[in-house]
Order: sequence, then C-alpha cells, then structure tokens
Amino acid sequence: MKVGVIVFPGSNCDRDMHHVLTDVFDLNAEFFWHEKNLPENIDAVVLPGGFSYGDRLRAGVIAAHSPIISDVKKLAEKGIPVLGVCNGFQILVESGLLPGVLLKNESLNFMCEWTNLIVKNNKTPFTNKLELNQKIPIPIANGEGRYFVDEQTLEQLEKNNQIVFSYENKVNGSVSQIAGVCNSDGNVVGMMPHPERAAEKEINQIDHKPSSLIFESLVETVGMKK
Amino acid sequence: MSFQEHEKLHIEKNVKRELTTTESQILAAEWSEHCSYKSSKQHLKMLPTTGPNVIVEKGYDSGVLDVGDGYVVTVHIESHNHPSAVEPFGGAATGVGGVIRDILSAGTRPIALFDGLRFGNIETDSHARWLFKNAVAGIADYGNCLGIPTIGGEVEFDECYKNYALVDVAAVGFGKKSKLIKNHANIGDLVILIGGSTGRDGVGGSQFASDALEGEDRSAVQIPDPFIEKLIIEAILECRDQNCINAMKDLGGGGLSCAISETAESLGIGIELDVKNVHLRESDLAPEEIMISESQERMLVIASPDNLSKINSICDKFRIQCSVLGKVKEDKMMHVKNGNETIALLPADFVARGPLISREKSKPKYLSNLPVAPEPQNNLSFTDVLLKLLSSPNIASKHWVYRQYDHEVGIRTVIKPGYDSSVLRLDNGKSLSVKIDGNPKHCYLNPRQGAIGCFEEACRNVVCTGATPIGMVDHLQFGNPEDPEIFWTFMESIEGITDFAKSLNIPCVGGKVSFYNETNDGPIKPTPLIGVLGLIDSSPLHPNPPSENDVILLIGETKDELGGSEYYEYIHNFVGGTAPSVDVSNSKKNMESVLSLISENLVKTAHDCSKGGLAIAISELCIFGKVGCHVNLNKVSTLSTEKILFSESHSRYILVIEKSKLDSVKNILSEKNCSFSELGIFTSDQIIFESDSNPVLELIVDKAENNYLNSLGKIIQNG
Repeated sequence: MKVGVIVFPGSNCDRDMHHVLTDVFDLNAEFFWHEKNLPENIDAVVLPGGFSYGDRLRAGVIAAHSPIISDVKKLAEKGIPVLGVCNGFQILVESGLLPGVLLKNESLNFMCEWTNLIVKNNKTPFTNKLELNQKIPIPIANGEGRYFVDEQTLEQLEKNNQIVFSYENKVNGSVSQIAGVCNSDGNVVGMMPHPERAAEKEINQIDHKPSSLIFESLVETVGMKK
Repeated sequence: MSFQEHEKLHIEKNVKRELTTTESQILAAEWSEHCSYKSSKQHLKMLPTTGPNVIVEKGYDSGVLDVGDGYVVTVHIESHNHPSAVEPFGGAATGVGGVIRDILSAGTRPIALFDGLRFGNIETDSHARWLFKNAVAGIADYGNCLGIPTIGGEVEFDECYKNYALVDVAAVGFGKKSKLIKNHANIGDLVILIGGSTGRDGVGGSQFASDALEGEDRSAVQIPDPFIEKLIIEAILECRDQNCINAMKDLGGGGLSCAISETAESLGIGIELDVKNVHLRESDLAPEEIMISESQERMLVIASPDNLSKINSICDKFRIQCSVLGKVKEDKMMHVKNGNETIALLPADFVARGPLISREKSKPKYLSNLPVAPEPQNNLSFTDVLLKLLSSPNIASKHWVYRQYDHEVGIRTVIKPGYDSSVLRLDNGKSLSVKIDGNPKHCYLNPRQGAIGCFEEACRNVVCTGATPIGMVDHLQFGNPEDPEIFWTFMESIEGITDFAKSLNIPCVGGKVSFYNETNDGPIKPTPLIGVLGLIDSSPLHPNPPSENDVILLIGETKDELGGSEYYEYIHNFVGGTAPSVDVSNSKKNMESVLSLISENLVKTAHDCSKGGLAIAISELCIFGKVGCHVNLNKVSTLSTEKILFSESHSRYILVIEKSKLDSVKNILSEKNCSFSELGIFTSDQIIFESDSNPVLELIVDKAENNYLNSLGKIIQNG
C-alpha cells in the first residue's frame, strides 16, 4: 500500500501533506519528483499545494505539462484515487483531469483565512466517511481560487454529482460557491482549501475531526485494497 | 563614490599604490555604512551575546539557539528601507528574500517570517497608502510563493515616515544541530556561486542605503524572483543533506565583494576568482559591476572538489545555475581576475574590516523643550475617544494585512496572527513564541526608555503565551549618524537595550543597524525594533475568548505616562509629556509571576497592555469574546480617569481568570509580592468603565468591534 505525493518545482505543501499522511494517519507515503515515473502499483496519488513554477503564466498551467502528469492520467483512468489540493487542484483542471478553471479571487488579493465547507458528495474516496452536508472548518490560502464553469457544464456537474464541496459563505466569488469537484467517475477530487492544515488538534482549534475524515476516507479506501 | 579622508589615509598606508577601478568599487561597497557598520560596530560590542542556549560559530549570518533534543532555531532581522521607499513591492519582497538566505546559510530551513512596517499617515496621504499596500503585496507575493508563513509583525503609521517606508523583516529557521554548517575551508576547495544570474539590478545598493534618500535611484533596487529562491532553498538543503557544503554565505548588500571578502576573512583563507565565470543576466556587465551587483537569489558555497559533481547534479535537478568562480588559497588575499588579468588584489581582512569612525554625540535640543501636556479638550467623551482609538490605523485590527499572507503553510502555526505573539510548534514537542515590537513615539520622547520599552513589550507578548524569553534580535534604525544629536539617540537606545538584556539574561543573537533614514522633512524618529524569541516546554497558552463572569485582573502599575501614547498623538495631535519607563525589578517580577500562573494552569487568557492603554487592552478582549465588561477604575490607581484609561505604562498584563481559580491566583501573586488589582468582570454586551461609582465610559461591544475590525480595510478602499 503506497500513496504518492508529487513534488513539482515550487510545490510547498508537499512536506505538510506527507507529514499528515504518514505521521497522523499512518499511511505509507512517498515523494515523487515531477520528472520521475509513478509505479503502477501505487494506491493513491496526491498533488499538494504550493506555487509550482512560481504560478507563472497561470497557476498550475506549466506543471500540467510535467512528465509525471501522463502517469497520473493513466492511474486516474484505472480508477486510482487522486487528490489535488490548492495548486494541486489548479494542476488537475489545467491538465484536463477535472472540469472548470480557477480564476483570480473576487478580492483580487491572496486570501488566507478559515472558512466552512459543506460536503456535497460523500461517495468519493476522500469523502466516504463524511456525512452529506457536514460542515468542515478549514483554511484557504490562495490568490486564484475562484472556481468557474459555464452554465451548461455546471448543470452537468450537478446532474453527475460532481460537486464535492461548497463554501458555506461567499468567499471568493466561485460559481455556486464551489470549493471542490470530482471527475465523472468520482475518483479524481480537487479542492482549494487545505485539509492537511486542519486535520490536527494542535493547529485547528475549532474542530479537527471533519478534516481528519477526509484522510480517514482515504485510509478506508486504500485499506480495503490491501 | 568617494572615500573620506581617514579612509584615503588608511588605503595609502596599507596598499601603497593606486587602487584599480575594481578595487575602488569593492572598497566603496564593503566600507559603506550598510556593510561595514563603521559608525556602530565598536558600540554593538556592549550587547551581551552569550547564554545557555546560544551556539556560536564563525561566519554565521544568523543567530543560533539550542532548543534541546538535538534541534536548533536560527533567527535574523534585516530592513529594506531605502528600496521600499522607492519601489515598495520589489523593495519589500527582496527584503524578505535576503533575510531568508541568512537563515539558509546556517544550514537551517526557514520556517517563519515576521515583518515590521512603518509609513506616513495613510488616512490623509495617498502616497503613504500606495507604499503600504504595495509593501504588503510584495511581502505576500514573496513569502507565499516560498511557502514560508508570515505569522507576525506590526504596522505603524507616523508623520515622521512621510514619503518614506521602514520595512523590517525577521526570519526564523529550524533544523537539526548536527546538520548546522560548520563553516570551514581547505586549501584548494572550490568557490561556487549558486542561484540567479548576476545583472545590473542593485548595483551600488549598499551605498544607496548609506546615504539620505534623495533621488529615486531605481537601478539600485533589486528585482525579486521568489520561484528561484524556492529552488535555491531546496537545492541548498539537499546539498546540506549530502554533506557537500563546507562553508556558505548569502549574497546581500555589497554582492560578491562583501560575500567573498567576509568569507575569506572569517575563515582565515584567501580566495581567487575570475569574474568571467559568473553567470550573467546581461552580457555587457563591467567586471567591477559584477563584483558589486546586488542581484538577488544567490548563494556562495565553498565545497571540496570531490563534491562538485553532486552539487552539479542537485542544481541540475532544480534547473538552477551553478558556477565555479575560483578556489580557496592559503594567502589570505582577495584576488579577482578578469580572464588572465588581475583586477583586484587586496588582503581579505583589509577589505572586510573597513576603518571605523568615532561619531560625536550630543543630547538633542528638542528634548529639553518638549511640552508637558495638551490643552484639555472638553468636547470629546471617553466613549468617543475609545471609539476613535479603536479605529486608529495603529490600533485597529491588522486582519487586512495578515490575511494576504499565507500564515498556515508549514503547519506549525499553533497561535495565528492577530493575537499577542504567534507560536510555532517544533519537532521536539516544544513551542516557539516570537514577537517583534517597536515604538517610535515613545523613543522620540525618551530614546533610552523607549528602546527598553520595545524590548519589554516584546517580552510581555511572548510571556502571554507562556514562553520564557531565550534570545533577542535588534534592529536599530536612525537618521544620519554624522549628526551628533541623532548619534546620541542611537547610543541611548543601544545602552538601554544592553542594560535590559543583561538584567534579564536575554542574549542578543543578531541584529542590524540602519542609518541615514531621512525624509525631506528630516530624520525619522529613533526606531529601534526588538524581536524576542520565547520557548515553551510543551503547548502554549492559547488565547481563549473571555466569557460571562470571568474576572479581569491587572498585573502591574499604571503610572502618569501619557507621553507618546496613542491618546496624546492620535486624539490630541500632541507630541510631548512623559513617555513610559521600565522598572527592571518590577518587569522581572511581573514576567515571572505571569509565567508561574500560566504554568499552574490558572490563566484563561493573558493579554499584553500596551498601545492605547488599559481601555484598549480590555476592549480588545471584549471584542474577542463578544462580551461586555464592568470595570472599576478606582481599583487601578488614584490617577485621573484619562491617565488610567490611556497611559501606556509598561510591565502590565490583563489576565482573564475563571472565578473558581481567583483565590489561587491571588495567593500566588501575593506570595510573589506582585502588584495586581481585580478590576471587574466580563458581563453583558457593553463595555462599561466606572469611577467613583459613576460610569465614565459606555460602549456596545458590537460597535467597538465594527470600528476595530473594519477601519483599516476602509482606509485602503479609499485608494
């Protein structure tokens, strides 16, 4: 059983994610540099947050062309769980693994603050231990976090149950207050907020349990495979 | 560029020939005030620098503190004032970059940033707003991209910074003691430049920073590239992990000239290099420009030739450039070549140790002519005053600022920005509490006590989280040191800081002096800034919101010290009166008492009482807990209501105590002979202060909250 944490030049939440996966949830996680290949027997892939390539051109767009992305696509097609957080989400939409785009926040500023998520789909490998409409206190930290799709696509997302998380309040101008989506198969999930920053009691004074359930869902999913 | 008479004599005596163009440029950069500390070096020696936690190694650009279990914390502070006053975004961003590389050069990973920002009046001056907004954006852009959380700092506005900016950045690093770089070199080792290319940006930056700001010399401002910096951090740490680095230094002020001469001098070696080997951003750079360019994101590494291939492959992985400039020699000379031609050949210690200057000092005349108190104003009620103070940009919440900084990345931030002191968790289960503080309004009226006050305030803030201060850094910012009156204020500050550091056994582990901070209207107010690091053996005391019936306890004495207060300056537009002084023995006693109450688990929340005085400190707690209070001012002292509410006397803490624990708290405080008063309780939805059984101030908490939380954002929206 192994979770791959992909590291792009400029990733900066890779070590945080690795810490939470290994030290808090006892998963076997390993870093993979973006020019390396992913082994076929990997059980889950996480694209962590940060500023891959310094957000040049547009957040995530250069990393979406990294060699490792073709391996991620192959694994995703096989149904392996893939999670993209923040810049990882941006990379997933730029590489076409997830629908939509992420635009500059309505405030035009970088925003680092705590917010509440609402669970909209609890059937994915990262949400199966959460209740539908459960609240998750969690921080966001991004400049380009405003999710956008056209009306037609939005209808499709709603129809296919592809909206995984929405913000409780208007945070950044996202369409339908969307904070996270999945692909039509449900195994690839992208979210702007940072669950790895909210899953430990020490750094989350509000309630760390809901975010923990995101990781425990993964434990349950990959654990069943063992 | 010109040398002063005594510098010319020093050159004649030691070199005994004409300097080459490159040599002149190297010496001008290295002997600038900015690099050589020629006015201050001999005085900085008075600061105590040793202590049980301090690790001293040669050539470190940052202070190193042992935090136990094989781990160390590193810390450094710098400013980037002149560049930020011209180009606030790039100036502030490159200020962040520079201080981070100082942390990196000890072999530790940077884990937190703090910034102290000072500008003119943002309410009336659109240029000050522009400087402020862009300096914040520059810090956010750089720190966020690197993934180093900006977790604390302060922002202050004062007319003395009109058309100018003070941008101070402190960085903290963390690592294993065994992985610290033990700076050393062997003959034949390679001298390697890793990182960004060298260009014309920042040429002459040190001299630019060593003179009053007259023109907007944009070429002297460096260009930031946080992506390259991030790659350098990871590459250098990987080189460190593979034991490839013998010695390391950041390229900052003075560029290669400074890095080469200081490295050679501190290691007692010679260095020979060829400027043709430096990777360049533009091909037509003159050799002397290469030597003094302050292009950012560059590190100088000394490594054994056996490790070159490892270093090359690490740099290849991160796609950063790496050039072998030359090698280590025995002769203790700094030898610069351009191909086969020698363009500079000087003893390294001669370059690195510029001749010092004894500056004259005399007590400023203004200090003898300060007015005592403002004319009384009867039109404002205390309620009006409190509302106005809560929306003063110096007091109002800085949420607009710190929400632009990623303060969570790294998942160490246990106490987040917006409280007294931010706290980081460390890998050994301990916690590190850090705070920086300055107070130019107090320092202007009393440079010595003002500086001590900044120091004490930073200590109080870390104490409020349950931390014991283990080290400090200072950043001393003044006007032109050639003016004896300004130099007197510098000497007063450093003597005050030294006395307090010695009394409390808090070693100074790093610092910086910045002179020539002058605006068109004259020098800035003396602005020493103190950063204090505190260590907690386990988890910190979290700021818990006060609730109904919790008791309000004041530790410390409130004195007739309204001079330099926000009340005098913001409400009365008055500069004068008696600024607060620190009584060292009370300071110590109060710190120890608060720490022991916290360790006994008797305190719900501890809050520092400082800017805006008692009225603001208690109001902040009410806003935090969304609860009112009922406070009897007669319990504080017999001073007038105005003085009790707004005096900024030091050594005071507001403690929130649960009723059930009050007796134990009182017993301990009485045993310690610590001065305290029980002021009242948190209750209802109104802030009520009463004196002689009559309310003197009544304010609904919601109203207070609105002013406190939204004022800064509103000012910024005005464009």
